[in-house]
Amino acid sequence: MNRRETLKSLFLAPLAGTVIASSGCGTIASNNASRITWARLPTEYSYGRTDVEKLTDQRLFAETYFREHELVTIAVLCDIILPNNHPNGGALDAGLPDFVEFMVKDREQYKLPVRGGIAWLDSYSIEKFGPDFINISEAQRLSICNEIAYPDNQAPKLQAGISFFSLMRNLTLTGYYTTELGFRDLDYMGNTPNVWDGVPEAVLRRHGKYYDEDWLSKCIDQSTRDIVAEWDDDMNLVT
Amino acid sequence: MAEQIYDAIIVGSGAGGGMATHQLANAGLKVALIEAGDFYDPADEEQRTQLRYPWESPRRGASTRLRPFGDYNSCIGGWELDGEPYTQKDDTEFMWWRGRMLGGRTNHWGRISLRFGPLDFKRKDIDGLGDNWPIGYEDISPYYDKVDKLIGIFGSNEGLYNDPDGYFLPAPKPRLHELYYIDGARKSNVPVIPARKSILTKRINNDRGICFYCGQCSRACGIHADFSSSTVLIYPSLNGGQVDLLTNSMVREVITDEEGMATGVRYVNKRNQREYELKGRTVILAASACSTARILLNSKSGQHESGLGNNSDNVGRYLHDSTGASRAAFLPDLMDRDIYNEDGVGGMHVYSPWWLEGANLDFTRGYHLEIGGGMGMPSYGFGFAVNQYNQYLGDRVGGYGNQLRDDIRKFYGARLSIACRGESIPQYTNRCELDPTVVDEWGIPVLRFDYKWTQHEINQARHMQDTMEELLEASGGIVLGNKPGADQNYGLTQPGEIIHEVGTTRMGTDPSTSVTNEFGQLHDVKNVFVADAGTFVSQADKNPTWTILALAWRTSDYIIDQMKQRNL
Repeated sequence: MNRRETLKSLFLAPLAGTVIASSGCGTIASNNASRITWARLPTEYSYGRTDVEKLTDQRLFAETYFREHELVTIAVLCDIILPNNHPNGGALDAGLPDFVEFMVKDREQYKLPVRGGIAWLDSYSIEKFGPDFINISEAQRLSICNEIAYPDNQAPKLQAGISFFSLMRNLTLTGYYTTELGFRDLDYMGNTPNVWDGVPEAVLRRHGKYYDEDWLSKCIDQSTRDIVAEWDDDMNLVT
Repeated sequence: MAEQIYDAIIVGSGAGGGMATHQLANAGLKVALIEAGDFYDPADEEQRTQLRYPWESPRRGASTRLRPFGDYNSCIGGWELDGEPYTQKDDTEFMWWRGRMLGGRTNHWGRISLRFGPLDFKRKDIDGLGDNWPIGYEDISPYYDKVDKLIGIFGSNEGLYNDPDGYFLPAPKPRLHELYYIDGARKSNVPVIPARKSILTKRINNDRGICFYCGQCSRACGIHADFSSSTVLIYPSLNGGQVDLLTNSMVREVITDEEGMATGVRYVNKRNQREYELKGRTVILAASACSTARILLNSKSGQHESGLGNNSDNVGRYLHDSTGASRAAFLPDLMDRDIYNEDGVGGMHVYSPWWLEGANLDFTRGYHLEIGGGMGMPSYGFGFAVNQYNQYLGDRVGGYGNQLRDDIRKFYGARLSIACRGESIPQYTNRCELDPTVVDEWGIPVLRFDYKWTQHEINQARHMQDTMEELLEASGGIVLGNKPGADQNYGLTQPGEIIHEVGTTRMGTDPSTSVTNEFGQLHDVKNVFVADAGTFVSQADKNPTWTILALAWRTSDYIIDQMKQRNL
């Protein structure tokens, strides 16, 4: 088969699938990947923006960059990188395709690498197995990922794919760990008012560290934090 | 109705303008405060970024052109502003950060508040380079004392001659990675002491809150537990009826009468693009070193053909910024950490002041070390190169699937970084001047920069690299990345990049080599003052804000005194 024709037919192929939009979920059909579904992210945010910034965000949300085929491929890749089969959910539960789409629109420097990366992936898949990446079997997809998921693979032919996969891994992990699911997965404990009083004793012991007396004498006794500071004339705090 | 004539027109609401506003209004003067940006209140839900989770933003805290330090950073402004270009001469690559909001850059700064020491005012006496200040530590120390007490700063009295003691609040305890650094620094005989930051670890009055340790000072604090010019100095001044605040107002020039004395300013109201005049007995420029120089250079008249205060052609010269270089390490001892909340105050709890004063080196000015690391809140960028440290453990880098969750957990917080901030040597030829042809969207001629580092700064950066490598290794770290060599100026930051630009209207006793006297008063026009870092003769290896505040207070006292004596 002529390569150029194959590619051409590829772009058409996903259009034959059905797009099913359902509330709360993004669902796009692809042929043998069947349906891929992800949690939708909001398209309206309130986070202290100026008027100019609000317009920028609105413009980004209104922009369409990816073709449907590309979005399906992104979803399939995100799902491979961080699957849903985990108590804290995975990439699709965290709405990764929506996040990746936004970030790529937000950052001009990602546009070509992601579009070109998907095209590279399809080209490689076709060469190896016949159909494009989303239309090969799961085992075949993973066999390709095994080749491009490790930067120590020196095969010259694969370098573009390796670079693309690294970018997708970065975006997937950052997109997941900046959601509530990711915070739970990490057990992140911060971003909340508290009174810092040093590293917990057990942790200090585990690391063989301690606060020496001299240093501690310079630190706040948190039981006095609410008492208004007063000093003598020699710069000594007396309260 | 008679036209309002203000006692003082203050241009710019950052550290210097905020302090001048606070002091002059408290003294009963009628003040107009002009700010080019909008009103800003970090507690206003419409503007708040503090305590937001990453998923509240579609880009999860990633930087934008409008917020180069991340989209939760509270400084509105940045390296590039629409409609307000600046240009470069020859191969200069000066970076200029402009804040456009009430409080200016004090909304997002690091709160690192270091007094200059006695040596810092007399560097020429020591190395023969640059110039001495017309004042010494003894002149400014009473003002540092007052600033400490009014604004609040934590730190520790260490009895170090050139890193003077102050009226400190107690410091927060070090975090775990900082304990590793402390041990490493001590092993290398580099001093390490509690950081000095204008963050309230303890109550200083009943108006402001006490730090609740979210680690987000860069987002500005809704309970005013850290220093921003707006929250600490300007808001309180707005209540007494002495201050008229004009926001979104871009000053074009200082206007003068036939005798050459200032009578006020001309500004553009950015909301309607129209130009207005404001009349005042004195004009105090605190628009930031370069913007103040720009206003002066644009204030041309029959009496001031080369711009106001520029008879000696010194306005814009001696522009200098801190030097900087940074490095990071992987700390294997911190793998698979216990997870707890260690947000702490914004940024570092410990630092190393310069420790080689007088040593025989191939550069003469010092630098200090700022320490980073810890289990910060994930935001955009978290998880990038997730398991790159595997290369040091003999494990494979890359992969996919649920094992990445283990990698994330394994390496979370296992990092230690150092940033150096040093003193550069001011140069007559390093300057900003008016671009002869380029104007901004209001038709105001813009600045053109001409700035090159000298061998002193480059040699200093090489030393920084050696120091950082030694300390990171001594702390148990595996240093990441390649050590930058001569071809990269040893990782030296670009001029302007540290955002400590100073020196453009330097003070001095000789009107032929300086722009203002020791009180920031123009030699050429006695009712125009500079209250920002433009007056710095040299910049020390200390962050400039505390000195801007102390000098602005001193200038304010002088103005009040001169008005009482009817000299103004």
